[in-house]
Amino acid sequence: MAAPVVTAPEAVQAPESTAPPGRRRRGWRRLPFWLGLIAASVLFLYPFLWVVSASLKPRSQVFDNALIPKQFAWENFVNVWTVAPVLTWFFNSVLVTLAAAVAVTVSSALVAFGFAYFRFPGRNVLFGLVLATMMLPTAVTMIPVYMIWNSVGLATTQVPLWAANLFGSAFYIFLLRQFFLGLPRDIFEAARIDGASYWGLFWRIAVPLCKPAMIVTFVFELKASWSDLLKPLIYLRDTELYTMPRGLKAISDQFGQSGEQQWEVVLAGSVITTLPMVIVFFLAQRHFVYGIATQGRKG
Amino acid sequence: MSTRTDRRPQARRGRRYDKHETRAAFAFLSPWIFGFLVLTAGPMVVSLFLSFTDYDGLRETSNVGWRNYEQVLTDPKLRTALTNTLIFSVLAVPATMIVSLWLATMLSKVGRRSTGVFRTLYYLPEVTPKVAIGVLFLMLFNGQVGLVNAALGLIGIDGPDWSTDGPWVKPGLVLMHLWSIGGTVIIYLAALHNVPRDLYEAADLDGASAWQRFRHVTLPMISGALFFTLIVQTINALQTFDEAYTAFYGSAASASYSSDAALFYVVYLFQQAFQFLHMGYASAMAWLLFLVIMLITFFQVRLSRRFVYYEGGDR
Repeated sequence: MAAPVVTAPEAVQAPESTAPPGRRRRGWRRLPFWLGLIAASVLFLYPFLWVVSASLKPRSQVFDNALIPKQFAWENFVNVWTVAPVLTWFFNSVLVTLAAAVAVTVSSALVAFGFAYFRFPGRNVLFGLVLATMMLPTAVTMIPVYMIWNSVGLATTQVPLWAANLFGSAFYIFLLRQFFLGLPRDIFEAARIDGASYWGLFWRIAVPLCKPAMIVTFVFELKASWSDLLKPLIYLRDTELYTMPRGLKAISDQFGQSGEQQWEVVLAGSVITTLPMVIVFFLAQRHFVYGIATQGRKG
Repeated sequence: MSTRTDRRPQARRGRRYDKHETRAAFAFLSPWIFGFLVLTAGPMVVSLFLSFTDYDGLRETSNVGWRNYEQVLTDPKLRTALTNTLIFSVLAVPATMIVSLWLATMLSKVGRRSTGVFRTLYYLPEVTPKVAIGVLFLMLFNGQVGLVNAALGLIGIDGPDWSTDGPWVKPGLVLMHLWSIGGTVIIYLAALHNVPRDLYEAADLDGASAWQRFRHVTLPMISGALFFTLIVQTINALQTFDEAYTAFYGSAASASYSSDAALFYVVYLFQQAFQFLHMGYASAMAWLLFLVIMLITFFQVRLSRRFVYYEGGDR
């Protein structure tokens, strides 16, 4: 039950004790580790390079396994825009993803602060309920939730893809609560004496001090929402409303293994679907690593 | 446990709940409470109700009693789907944990600065959307022209038809799954860095071998992280959908060649609900899945009590 609280980013970055000078001659013993790690890097990275490279090859050479294309077929990326409304899908995804990430960050922070700061009857029971919802498979609520959106006439729009995020999400509530609990209570008491409202405590103290955790939540949800396939499959009928993953599925069905075998189109689509997440990852790498490393410590 | 156990009169915190504070708390909680009632608790009740009907969203709904559940127990396709999912989980979860631990251990042995670079490389595949992973699977694991068999060919192995030969589909998907384990590696690495160095020094003084240090110091000290990933990975593996559905289902032509080898539980559930519109049956299926997940998690928690070491824990 007792959950160790992670308070500061340094917790993850705790310096590894470097070998004392006298043991430097043991450096060569690390060689096998280096070789193992480099071999693993190749395994992780090579498929990426293969995809990017193959997406730039003409159809006949897609599977030639050459790392650098013999001829560059830049037109693949033009073709994919012409055979499918990829630009529309891309911007649909951008909008849905941003809405989902902003909504879940704000709402989860509110709820997390409610659990972290206040003392009220039933707090532990309610928080237990939050955690319990994490175990519930989406499949259980999938159909009734669809019926709800259907009954309000939004079942074939993009609204169901992000609107549920307005009500917080268990995992992020848990994560943010941990961070809010880590703030020294004196800060809040002092602000109370200075006449701050509860909202002021949240908005002017808790949120600014937990900005890293808010960013973690935001980028995690960017990734989750951008990648979501199930909800677009359930809700979106009109091709114009497709998100990028749903669009990639359509491209794959039409041009992939079961379709016309135009793999260069599918590859270009895959690159377009994946690239934004790679960029987000490189921009927010620190936060991804920090957030993930924190997860394992819920004890 | 909670902070509210101190009841002694002189303790200022011993007073009752502040009404004003309670009201404010529920104001902050209101988004979640609303969402929980409308999007979780309510739908759970409705889902349970639907599981006793033949609801299809079109025709009039009637009560069918336990018929959906009887069908759940006898449907051969459902049995296939459940078996596939369990086989995949039993292969994928331990494989993920072992490979991640192996990588994390190696990472913890090299200098901090180089760790960062490797960590980045290992995590990168994990940002790839699962739908793209499903597409990649078809290409990389293609029996004739795929990269995997080309690589196996280099060392003289004639690789199988991963994506079309039934028995090879799940092992292939497990291997593909191992591509995105970077998150687990990061969790283990953080746990390894938290193991106090003096424990190793003490073990050294006692003349422990490398294996004994790993077995009797490292493993117990990171058992919390191992347990956490075991639970989360299992729950996720049992709900595998995106990769399998992308690669094998959804288009008319794909139905013929996949021969149910990649029919995962949630894939079949999705088909029943939104393609065949057997929403009552799908609801019953969802409850069976929930039951399976709860049972497995329960046994994992029971088991963990014997193996997981919590520092400063009261157990």
